[in-house]
Amino acid sequence: MGFEVDVRHTSGSVDGQPPSTPTSTYIQLAGWTKVVLFIRALLSKPASALGLIIFVVFLFLALFGPFLAPYGVNEQIAADAGQPPSAKHWFGTDNLGRDVFSRVVLGAREILSLAGFGTAIAVLFGTTIGLASGYIGGWFDEILMRIFDGLLAMPLLLLALLLLGTLGPSKSSVLLVIIIVYTPIVSRVVRSVVLSVRQRGFIEAARLRGENLPYLLFREILPSVLPALAVEAALRFSYAIFLVASLGFLGVGVQPPSPDWGLMVREARNNVNQMPWAMYYPAAAIAVIVIGVNLLADGIKRVLLESK
Amino acid sequence: MVKYLLRRFGFLILTLLITSMVIFAATQLLPGDVARVILGREAGEAALQALREELGLNDPVPVQYGRWLVNFVRGDWGKSYSTKSEIRPLVIGRLRNSLMLAVVILVISVPVAIFLGVVAGLNENKWIDNVVSIASLAVVGLPEFVTGLVLIQIFAFRLRWFPANSSIRPTTSFLEALPMLILPALTATLVLLAYIARLTRAGVIEELKQQYVRTADLKGLPYRVVIFKHVLRNALIPTITVIAISMGWLISGLIVIENVFNYPGLGRLMVFAIDRRDLPLLQAVTMVAVLGFALSNLLADILYAILDPRIRLG
Amino acid sequence: MEQERAVLEVKDLTVAYRIGERWLEAIRDINLSIFCGQIYGLVGESGSGKTTLAMSILNYLGQNGRILKGSIVFDGEEISQYPKEKMRSFWGSKIALVPQNPLSSLNPTLTVGEQVQEVLRLHLKMPEAAARKRVVELFEQVRLAEPQRVARSYPHQISGGMQQRVMIAMALAASPRLLLLDEPTTSLDVTTQASILDLIKELIQGQDMAVLYVTHNLGVVVELCHRVAVLYAGELVEDAPLEEIFRQPLHPYTFGLLKSVPKLGQNKKEQVLSSIPGQIPALAQRGSGCIFQSRCPIALDICAERPPLESIDAKRSSRCFRWQELLRGEIPLEKLFEAEGEALQASIPVQQKSEAAALDAQGIIVEFESHASLFESLARRSSRKVKAVKDVSIRIEAGDTLGLVGESGSGKTSLARAISGLNEPEAGSIRIYGLSAAPKLSKRNRDVLRRLQMVFQNPEEALNPFMTVGESLRRQLFVLQGIRGEEAQRLAEEMVKAVQLPLDVLNRRPNQLSGGEKQRIAIARAFITNPDVVIADEPVSSLDVSVQATILNLINRLQGNFNNGLLFISHNLAIVGYLADQIAVIYLGALMQLCRAVDLFKPPYHPYTEALLSAVPSVELGKKAQTIRLEGELPSPTERIEGCPFHSRCPRKIGEICERQAPPWRVDESTQKRIYCHYTLEELTELQSPILDVGL
Repeated sequence: MGFEVDVRHTSGSVDGQPPSTPTSTYIQLAGWTKVVLFIRALLSKPASALGLIIFVVFLFLALFGPFLAPYGVNEQIAADAGQPPSAKHWFGTDNLGRDVFSRVVLGAREILSLAGFGTAIAVLFGTTIGLASGYIGGWFDEILMRIFDGLLAMPLLLLALLLLGTLGPSKSSVLLVIIIVYTPIVSRVVRSVVLSVRQRGFIEAARLRGENLPYLLFREILPSVLPALAVEAALRFSYAIFLVASLGFLGVGVQPPSPDWGLMVREARNNVNQMPWAMYYPAAAIAVIVIGVNLLADGIKRVLLESK
Repeated sequence: MVKYLLRRFGFLILTLLITSMVIFAATQLLPGDVARVILGREAGEAALQALREELGLNDPVPVQYGRWLVNFVRGDWGKSYSTKSEIRPLVIGRLRNSLMLAVVILVISVPVAIFLGVVAGLNENKWIDNVVSIASLAVVGLPEFVTGLVLIQIFAFRLRWFPANSSIRPTTSFLEALPMLILPALTATLVLLAYIARLTRAGVIEELKQQYVRTADLKGLPYRVVIFKHVLRNALIPTITVIAISMGWLISGLIVIENVFNYPGLGRLMVFAIDRRDLPLLQAVTMVAVLGFALSNLLADILYAILDPRIRLG
Repeated sequence: MEQERAVLEVKDLTVAYRIGERWLEAIRDINLSIFCGQIYGLVGESGSGKTTLAMSILNYLGQNGRILKGSIVFDGEEISQYPKEKMRSFWGSKIALVPQNPLSSLNPTLTVGEQVQEVLRLHLKMPEAAARKRVVELFEQVRLAEPQRVARSYPHQISGGMQQRVMIAMALAASPRLLLLDEPTTSLDVTTQASILDLIKELIQGQDMAVLYVTHNLGVVVELCHRVAVLYAGELVEDAPLEEIFRQPLHPYTFGLLKSVPKLGQNKKEQVLSSIPGQIPALAQRGSGCIFQSRCPIALDICAERPPLESIDAKRSSRCFRWQELLRGEIPLEKLFEAEGEALQASIPVQQKSEAAALDAQGIIVEFESHASLFESLARRSSRKVKAVKDVSIRIEAGDTLGLVGESGSGKTSLARAISGLNEPEAGSIRIYGLSAAPKLSKRNRDVLRRLQMVFQNPEEALNPFMTVGESLRRQLFVLQGIRGEEAQRLAEEMVKAVQLPLDVLNRRPNQLSGGEKQRIAIARAFITNPDVVIADEPVSSLDVSVQATILNLINRLQGNFNNGLLFISHNLAIVGYLADQIAVIYLGALMQLCRAVDLFKPPYHPYTEALLSAVPSVELGKKAQTIRLEGELPSPTERIEGCPFHSRCPRKIGEICERQAPPWRVDESTQKRIYCHYTLEELTELQSPILDVGL
């Protein structure tokens, strides 16, 4: 009699180690436990905790800015022009007599909403295109991806500037630029996850019972994409803030008299030796929010993609 | 390898073609009439019509695109709307300045970044890695104009070591320009350094997990041989791609940095073109920048193919 | 041999890993001695800690691993506390390892010759030229054809079998005292595995060396080892000379393991497989009692305490309180393990043949384009095509199982996917009870879809991780049959009972289930709409041995109840031979042999079948009339092959005719055995002798 005991270790647990689930465990939990556990995991490391706190603070400013700011955005107090920081004007005033603290606080809504909406729409479009392109494949996929290659063969800021050069600088142009620049990036990320997921048994089982395309894309595939998507969205959001600020600084983005931080830095540059505060407070605001969101994105990545 | 490189080259051409279409299409989206932009509001209809005819604006868009592309490849980049001068010498001159700055940046940042990345990667989760990781994360997040302004404040205004303004002339030689290059280069270097170091670190950590490292260890090889001969050989090949990708960052960064320091490179020219809505100039600058980026990617592919036997002999 | 000092002596070794905040013991109180000239088999399933043990012996645990207690004495020297730097003088020269995955274990950017040379230069202080020459000699010893060329090759340029030969050469280069082989053939095909085993046997027998062979494959142990230690959930449960452990296992786990595996030639009609219920406890759930208690059919109250590893005589030991009863044969283990099986046997109905076949697939051709990027299709009008399946026809009767067996790259999965519609075939017709099924999945209506369902290989990916088990099952009913609400719930509950799981799994998500449980749910999902045909593609190959039997029994019973046709795909001849009624052997996308399962093991065989059978590690190798080993490598899929697909490796090649002309199908009218060969059946019978003495 012969014995044949043969198992292929195509998956399963590593010897002596607990089995790891192929997808993140967080997202599979239901309801509030998931949110609580997720936040707790973010708070467990100082870097991501700091990022989360910074983000929440700025979010608070964006939501309740008008109640917190002592002065109006473009309220000019000619008598106080060029004042250094004081009890009356915490961050001082600029050359037109505008209160820098109020403008920084009110600018939070400006920049977070622009970057936030732009990112949200780009993520929505990118996800849909990425899901469809990755799953359907073939010529549809090829042509889309080549067009995206063409778009992404340009460094991002270059593409943004090119578009702004044609659209003309304005808030809606900046929004459109964020969407156009980030949609291909998000859809590429989604597509690559879809490619790795689409051959899995549960997707094939769904195909074998004749599920329609929207069901396959959004109910079967999308949940597996979510962790990577969340990380990408957080990263995109931080770069979007970066982009809005840079465009504002270059003077080709949001136009005066908006309290855009990049724009404020640009306007205050000429008088930097007389009233440095008018430039450094908005610059610091940009630095803090961008680093904060970056740390947060890094933390989200650690929790969602690297946790076992 | 020849086949691989031909394929990469084919992709490059295809990508550039699509990019040129994107550039052309983007600049055609402009609402309004180019002829009126050039001639101003008071121009008569006859003059407008004549100019449209001269510029070929009445032809179908694909024809216009074809003509533009052919002219561009032949070196005829047209005349600027705003300065009314030939575009090519202007762009080439600015390109020289940008390249000068880019070379300084790369020479400083690449070796240091790789060193830091390797050290951090080999000491994952130890204090030195934490310092490098957190510092690089912070620097990568900072917009270049913030970094630049801080450096100006420190080195130009406080210490007075370098000038805050880097507006060199076309005739300035490299050595004369060097002191003015330092601050802009330092600004870009910080960002690029952090970016390359982070990716190098990730590459080293990934490579250390590979099973061949265990094989090398279990042969009894000394630690330094395991690291230098086995790990780094594999970990550093991908840094070539990393550097190529970071060229995209560098180009974006340069646009901002040149504007911070008033440095007359392609980036300033581009913002100038946007301010003046000078489309031919914008097209030319974008095409040159894209070409530069694409060529650096191709160079990376070639180097990669030479160094990695899986591609060389694949 | 017993008198001399052991090369390796492991005493009371306990190793733990840090998981989160806690240290969890992966292996506990291991005792093991290996003498010079001895080949010691270490058998265990995944999670048994066998690799942990091997790595501890090398003193090469990762940062999260630690030796908690015990000693490792190598040639009289206690090495368990040595730092890594001190161990480097042992590694490669005195203790060497042959790992499981040769490709990832070789440095991709150095030639394999250089990688072997390193060992020679380092440990034998050979100068460069001498080392280069010695590498070629070593490569000759490990039977590498063209050793000079191989030495200059990079790992990706040579096949998996060749890579493993290089690893063996590397391990033996400095003549170590202790050789560890960690599943060295697991990633290889069965025919390649056979020749690597031959090589290992030849190279290490009679050498001045001790060998530890780590494996999950009992057949390999039988071929190679003198002694066997059985590891279960981190504990050594039995340790005995080879013959004794197979003749009379003295631990219920060993017994269950041996009996849950189908033997070559065994068929479901004669015997139901014994299966061990439950699964290996996870690291965090290992209590203080007997580690096997929760799955043991003969556990007593006393087993809540941990039994010691008791010496039975000088040669063997067991970690079971009841070994004396087992030794005296007082416990009918066979019956106890088969309790579940017997009930099963009764419920298997006599299968009835009907006129129309459940599945009739004719002339299936599957092609893949090797490169299909936009740029290349533009550059080259006709892109290269790879024929994965070349004109294959199969037929499955209701209630019948067709076993499709082949090695990797044989096209067996491509065929299954083409029939199921997941990949559209290039040509061919598919009929289910005469009803034509469109080649394209999207063209199949709900009725056709319901009739054909599939079970996939990897249970980890079989279920949507974001749906509960109940949702997955009910969705199947709703989409395919429009059943919803209470009726769907009732059917789902019934099905869960049928796959022997508690009802509360309906509310659980896949990440709360074990691999075996997931696969049961995947099977439940496939059967719940009572399809006419089920395709099972390697459904047990990623499961542990002790879980396999349960799944095989389950598939068998469900098929019996529903009387559907089953296409069962596997690379494992014994499993296919056990579960199937008919067998199809496939090689390079073409069928080589079709026959009843009972006739598979009797000559005449197709030469490829003969080689496959001969390659299966077997307890009674000595009785095999001849060993057939395949030369060369599987041709690349892009290669165009004229004549017989097997001619390039066929040990019974006639001559030019095989290269030029496609062979005819030789049919035995009485048994309906069909062989695709230029030899007639009579000629083959004349040439071949029975590979197994199965007494059929």
